Amino acid sequence: MAQKIVNDFSVRIATANGTGSQSANSTFFKALFRMGVCASAKNLFPSNIKGLPTWFQIRASRHGYSALKKHSEINILVNKDTYKKDHEDAAPHSIVIYDSAIMPEQDFNRRDLTYYPIPLTKIATESFDNARIRVLLKNIVYLGVVVELFKLDQEITEGVIRDTFSHKPKVVESNLKALHIGIDYVKNNVPKRDSYYYEKENTGRNNKKVVMEGNAATGLGFVYGGVTVMGWYPITPSSSLAESVIKYCEQYRVDSQGQNRFAIIQGEDEMASLGIVVGAGWAGARAMTCTSGPGISLMSEIAGLAYYAEIPVVIANVQRVGPSTGLPTRTQQSDIGMVANLSHGDTKHIMLFPANPKECFEFANESFDIAEQLQTPVFLMSDLDLGMNQWVCDEFDYPDKPYNRGKVVTEHDLKEMETFRRYFAGDEDQGIPSRTLPGTNHPLASYFTRGSGHDEDARYTEDAHVYWRNMKRLLKKFESSTQWLPKPVVEGQKGARIGFVAVGTSHDAVVESRDQLSQSGIKTKYLRLRSYPFHSDLHEFIDSCDQVIVVDQNRDAQLKELIQLSVANSEPKLLSLAYSDGLPLNAELLTQKTKELLNRE
Amino acid sequence: MSDVQAVKPVAPRTDVNKIGLTKNDYKGVPSTMCPGCGHDSISQGIISTFYELGIPPYQVVKLSGIGCSSKTPAYFLHPSHGFNAVHGRMPSVATGANVANRNLIVFGVSGDGDSASIGIGQMIHAIRRNTNMVYVVENNGTYGLTKGQFSATSDTGVPDHWGVKNDQTAIDLPMLAIISGCSFVGRAFSGDRKQMVPLLKAALAHEGCAFIDIMSPCVTFNDHPGSTKSYEYVKEHDEKLHDIDFIEEKSEIKIDYDEGSIRKVTLHDGSIITLKKLDTVDYDPSNKVNALKTLEEAYQKMEIVTGLIYFNESRKDLVSHLKLPKKPLIEFGEKDLRPSQQALGELMKSLK
Repeated sequence: MAQKIVNDFSVRIATANGTGSQSANSTFFKALFRMGVCASAKNLFPSNIKGLPTWFQIRASRHGYSALKKHSEINILVNKDTYKKDHEDAAPHSIVIYDSAIMPEQDFNRRDLTYYPIPLTKIATESFDNARIRVLLKNIVYLGVVVELFKLDQEITEGVIRDTFSHKPKVVESNLKALHIGIDYVKNNVPKRDSYYYEKENTGRNNKKVVMEGNAATGLGFVYGGVTVMGWYPITPSSSLAESVIKYCEQYRVDSQGQNRFAIIQGEDEMASLGIVVGAGWAGARAMTCTSGPGISLMSEIAGLAYYAEIPVVIANVQRVGPSTGLPTRTQQSDIGMVANLSHGDTKHIMLFPANPKECFEFANESFDIAEQLQTPVFLMSDLDLGMNQWVCDEFDYPDKPYNRGKVVTEHDLKEMETFRRYFAGDEDQGIPSRTLPGTNHPLASYFTRGSGHDEDARYTEDAHVYWRNMKRLLKKFESSTQWLPKPVVEGQKGARIGFVAVGTSHDAVVESRDQLSQSGIKTKYLRLRSYPFHSDLHEFIDSCDQVIVVDQNRDAQLKELIQLSVANSEPKLLSLAYSDGLPLNAELLTQKTKELLNRE
Repeated sequence: MSDVQAVKPVAPRTDVNKIGLTKNDYKGVPSTMCPGCGHDSISQGIISTFYELGIPPYQVVKLSGIGCSSKTPAYFLHPSHGFNAVHGRMPSVATGANVANRNLIVFGVSGDGDSASIGIGQMIHAIRRNTNMVYVVENNGTYGLTKGQFSATSDTGVPDHWGVKNDQTAIDLPMLAIISGCSFVGRAFSGDRKQMVPLLKAALAHEGCAFIDIMSPCVTFNDHPGSTKSYEYVKEHDEKLHDIDFIEEKSEIKIDYDEGSIRKVTLHDGSIITLKKLDTVDYDPSNKVNALKTLEEAYQKMEIVTGLIYFNESRKDLVSHLKLPKKPLIEFGEKDLRPSQQALGELMKSLK
């Protein structure tokens, strides 16, 4: 037998949606995490509740890589409808475990593959009477197979099951039974014929880490950041973000009298949802909504109102594949161009680009400070990969910075003032005016908010000079915003003259690809943008490179275009690596495309 | 001059309300509506309402969408914060303001284009949610600001300014409001301030969404013969359900009418509206089926029912439904809002 391969391979599990496979897959992933292994998980699921095929990849890496892996060394085929294709697609010389009770053995005839026929359905049927439970626990049976065959730690796996269903002892019992059925079947019937093993690692790599979905982290960040009003409308993949805000508000914000220090309203559509948030932001609440591309399209008019009337709001956009309805359950970074200038007229918006759940938490928490200081919409640009997958990430630090509520003029302040001018900003104000909140008890407090042309005193005007002066002030404010926005993160090899620029979830594939390129003698450095408008670090980074590869998870090189528009004379250096098929990026693809771009095949 | 004034005894002013403000203090900037516009009469009615009730203007927020009607909040209550939002979206913005600061008195002004067409969804859902607001539609059956196109409340077969007949059916907003679950539905006529003002006062006292459709003739585009929204037509076809009077909370209740002909409706804050029976009709605004029947029968006769059409005090308003504390959400700071370090620590532990 070949040399043991330990903690450095991927498993791809093909199941049908709505059959409970998610629970088995999560247990598998969590067990690896607790074993101290560098593990990552990608759920590739359909826009469907029950029945359509879904794939789950669990990767273990000795090198600390977390991106989607192009090929999996082990394939677990549980879905009858897709097994032929899954079998066909299995990587050369990989391992195939299949449900031999429902998939005929003669179909598994590739000479390069190693087969483990396991009659999962039959074993589950024999062991459980209830038809529904049978279907659900079939998944745990294959987890038992993994435990025995690849030595996923049994004790730890059982511990994960106990913790997951800690409030349902009966469920724990039946899950453990199913796990043991899988383990015993392999022990008694299946000799090991491959080299793949999981082993506990004691490097302590996961000691300060947690497993969390990006949407849950974003929701938690909003709650820590002081959200009190959320308007939202259900849409994949952002619904779970709204649900996490609801969950954490119910957990942390109900007072001793049972009253809620939050108002959450499910709007009739995305326009209403943002309308609610604009009304609340105007009245002085920290207010947010969350949505995805189609919702952003609908919100566009009100986003323009919030920009022009200078109302602080936060909008989380969990991007999915467009155009139009697109592929609702696949990932993409294709709203960057739209959001940068969302709405008609000269409109510019602040964007934040988190790349992991910890940044989701931090940016969501800080987004209200940014919105209120600048009195403008802030877009938190996540995506489906980040939002809906489980990630291993660093523990979150407690945000102890006081809330910065921006320039709010109170009744007390007004007593000392001769006039209050809503849209006036002096030279030292960097374009940022002051606001009063409705309800302020002072004759000077009131002003008239409008999306139509207005002067410094918020009066309607069509005056040419006043209009232009206001537009220039808004631009000044926008450009000054970088000082409050998360700075880019730069890493890289000394002397490298080739640079990568990326945002968000492209990160993992870029990190891995850079190592692959380095092995081919291509030295690179890397700047990960975390906000727009872009920080001056980007200008310096581009200056220091001969060529800059901008990674875009979309067709039209939206990030590259935005950089080109923002950084003067950068165009000749910029190379576009724009690709998106709806799946998270993988390093092999990035490396290959980079070599093509650099003519280094 | 000032010396002369100083020695004069200060006579008690008779033109101030209970909080010491004059009617002037409730005015806005000069109107830019066409002279004679019904909307200006409504603005005057609104000024009288707030002045007479002695409501501090700083507590009020006035919100609107887009259109002639939506321009009018600039023409009343200058000391109040105003928000001229985008077309058809006033109700959602008003809802956000209401939940953020429940102490605000939310006064929404919309038009038939703003509410019966582009914003019909928002209108229905603000009603459904029972946002605590007064929702006034200044209904003239035409798109005035874009020069006279038909609106969704224009009646079938009625000609526009140029004589082209409308072949679409009309939406009856009070009927739609009742069907959507509105807890307070009224209709008034801009030319009848005696009826409009008590109805507005009652709407302000109501907790929840109080919807008032106010017939407001457009003198420029919809006041011609053949129009069913002209001054002449509305005056002639106004079917009043009752004479309305509003009696404020805590004020001594004196009812001058013959007791047998009066219906009393008590509002959430304890104030009372009295509805005086007209002719032989004793209209019961708490009967939903009858309210809808009355509207439908009047519509078939092309008459316009005015008064308090429907009232249901039992519906909870949005802030109650959301279990919001008495203290407005905007007044909570980070001590009240940010979960503790310990909570974060425990959560992190649970994610291992």
